[in-house]
Amino acid sequence: MSASAPDTAAKPRRGFRIDLKTAGPLLALALLVLLGITLNENFLSYSNLTNVLARSSFIGIIAIGATFVITAGGLDLSVGSMAAVIAGVMIMVMNWLIPTMGIGWGVVLAGMLAGILLGGVAGVFNGLMITRGRIEAFIVTLGTMGIFRSLVTFLANGGTLSLNFNVADVYRPVYYDGVLGVPWPIIVFAVVAIAGEIVMRRTAFGRYCAAIGSSEQVARYSSINVDNVRLLTYILQGVLVGVAVLLYVPRLGSASSTTGVLWELEAIAGVIIGGTTLKGGYGRIWGTVVGVVILGLIGNILNLQSLISPYLNGAFQGVIIILAVLLQRERLTS
Amino acid sequence: MASSVGESAPIILAASRVSKSFGEIPVLFSIDFDIRPGEVHAVIGENGAGKSTLIKILSGLEQPTSGSIIYDGQTVVLPPNGAAEAMGIVLIHQEMNLAEHLTVADSIFLGRELKKFGFLDVREMRKRAAAVMETLHVHVDPDARINTLSVADKQMVEIAKAISRDARVLIMDEPTAVLSVGETQTLFEQIRRLTARGVAVIFISHKLNEIMELAQRVTVLRDGQLIATVGTEALTPDSIAQMMVGRELSNLYPPKHEPDVDAPAVLTVRNLSAAGVSDVYFDLRRGEILGFAGLIGSGRTAVAEAIVGLTHRTGGDITLDGKPVDFTRVVQSVDAGLAYMTKDRKGKGLLLNMGLRPNLTLLTVKKHLRAGFLDSASETRALERAVRRFDIRARDASVAVGRLSGGNQQKLMLGKTMESEPDIIIMDEPTRGIDVGTKQQIYHIIAALAAEGKSIILISSELQEVIGLSHRVVVMRGGRVAGVLEGAEITESEIMRYAAGIKQSGNDERISA
Repeated sequence: MSASAPDTAAKPRRGFRIDLKTAGPLLALALLVLLGITLNENFLSYSNLTNVLARSSFIGIIAIGATFVITAGGLDLSVGSMAAVIAGVMIMVMNWLIPTMGIGWGVVLAGMLAGILLGGVAGVFNGLMITRGRIEAFIVTLGTMGIFRSLVTFLANGGTLSLNFNVADVYRPVYYDGVLGVPWPIIVFAVVAIAGEIVMRRTAFGRYCAAIGSSEQVARYSSINVDNVRLLTYILQGVLVGVAVLLYVPRLGSASSTTGVLWELEAIAGVIIGGTTLKGGYGRIWGTVVGVVILGLIGNILNLQSLISPYLNGAFQGVIIILAVLLQRERLTS
Repeated sequence: MASSVGESAPIILAASRVSKSFGEIPVLFSIDFDIRPGEVHAVIGENGAGKSTLIKILSGLEQPTSGSIIYDGQTVVLPPNGAAEAMGIVLIHQEMNLAEHLTVADSIFLGRELKKFGFLDVREMRKRAAAVMETLHVHVDPDARINTLSVADKQMVEIAKAISRDARVLIMDEPTAVLSVGETQTLFEQIRRLTARGVAVIFISHKLNEIMELAQRVTVLRDGQLIATVGTEALTPDSIAQMMVGRELSNLYPPKHEPDVDAPAVLTVRNLSAAGVSDVYFDLRRGEILGFAGLIGSGRTAVAEAIVGLTHRTGGDITLDGKPVDFTRVVQSVDAGLAYMTKDRKGKGLLLNMGLRPNLTLLTVKKHLRAGFLDSASETRALERAVRRFDIRARDASVAVGRLSGGNQQKLMLGKTMESEPDIIIMDEPTRGIDVGTKQQIYHIIAALAAEGKSIILISSELQEVIGLSHRVVVMRGGRVAGVLEGAEITESEIMRYAAGIKQSGNDERISA
């Protein structure tokens, strides 16, 4: 009816677009793949596909965390900056440990541990400010986004933090190698996605996230500890940012103030394209995976053809995001 | 104006053979309806009978699939999205449509603000808003923010808004559902003032006695069919109820089984204080239905929420089965066998965008875990049980709960509450806004629970319901216990005396201090 979109959801109408709702992102993905195949025969090549998926896996792992946060009615804008600061600290920790531990997997593992821990701590901070401090998620994470970004610039002294070359050599296989030709980032992405889907669908935590995002009051009256569940989503988000970064660091072996810029928006975009509602209450991990891969493919396809400038990548991504949300609304009012 | 009022007046708004389908599902079948200036025409029917659809068609929010609307003698197509307001047809929704942060004056002029040199003429709007409120004899400050008003005052603002738009047909969807007895009377006076000025009022209510009091004619709908349109003078509440449900409604209230005299007190509350309540005391015995009566805002819900730990308790002692308890989180009271069923189905009770199953098990998800993972088969079994036990009717389990009728939502909420297998259930307005057939079902469920040995606190603003079900009645006033009635004392007039402060119980002498 009018602009009051939430009302329409409760109206006694039948949804005729149920199919489009579930299959929409998959359809878009299939169309993109078809487009890719027609534009360039290299598109389907093994190296191209693994390349796209490996690059998408950082955003993908972060976006899986974001799916939980958004489903529970929250938002985390700080993930891009958080990734940068984690990358910086990981590199510093590893460089710092070389004199004591020598060059080898010990240093790398210590760095990974530090990265995941730092992600968790950052998540605890965001989560506590939001749940105990009763500050809106947008405000808190806008604040920490600035804090983290400036921290990494400060740590790098305005320049670039580089990992010791010898350690980088040890660490490099984590990005470039894999099992049976499948790079590690893709494997980790897949494992996180499957685990995430199970947690979302089959655990009390997943159910509580959807309940809280759907109505915080109803959740409270249903004896759910709203604050703790919310806090957990932010911790999970932080830890997953840590996981993404420990796969990202061996790719370039460096971190600077431009690391992870706009990752938060790409992650949120992937979540939304996948069919999770931005205002919370409904989330699906597999949708997020599809959403992130769609975003990755757009860039890839633009690079593989010569008709349209690849500089328009962002524009195409933007159009896809708006289209996805339009489709979602259509199904609510139909 | 007064000359063209009453039975001789020409019909102002009519629906002729109006049908409506949503997709392939028909919800209204060839309905005829008309209303004259100065008339109150009630529309009644069970939930899902098609009342809401009919009034949406009459106000242009929906277009009929077939049939026509006649306004002022001319066949018209009413403009959608509430634009029919400009033609003088105003719908006041059940859930009021006021922006909480605007002032009263802002709200009244919302969408057609007065302007001077292109800027808002705030002073003039405030003056006119005050004038409209004056004609309604309503004492609300035009500068007050909507979120500071009571529900009753908000409704008055809605009416003022309608009047200021020169409404000729005012459609009210269950305006009294959230009003106390006194507030309802004020509203009725208001409606009578409007009809005296020639406004036609279409009035939807589930409360048959209100309809008898207010309306000249009643249209009864059942399953989308027009059953009858009759003058109220030819009706009794019983005959209306019968037309609504299509069967005889004997025994609206089940027989009372008095609990044993020496049944132990399962819940005792002494000196309870919290925001909005102070010094509240009562005992609840095993197998007892303890009614809580009082005006809206008298603190009944606040007492319940303080007991179960939803709100902070500032003082007092609560014992459960003789043991002192102090619930600070809801989960503790649920674990102790004390469950609170909210009156706010849509805001606090149910996840409207989700299906039946997650709603039913939300309070007790942990019971359906196997090795840490949700066992959907176990949840489905729980739903099947609840559907049987509480007669929940839904197309299928995946339908969003927001699309169920109020009665089915209420039964689902009852099922959800009972999933936690409580010994004590606090039911807050368990039949608000639901039809008489479903009410009867819920009454029998409540009585059966008590007969099983469960103890029930029944908070209700419908006196008949409190009287018909309760073994004892606590009457609250101004956040305190005004009196506790037993046996033959439980009458409408006696409860009202305590609720209105005419009478006060003896052991409450402290109040005067």
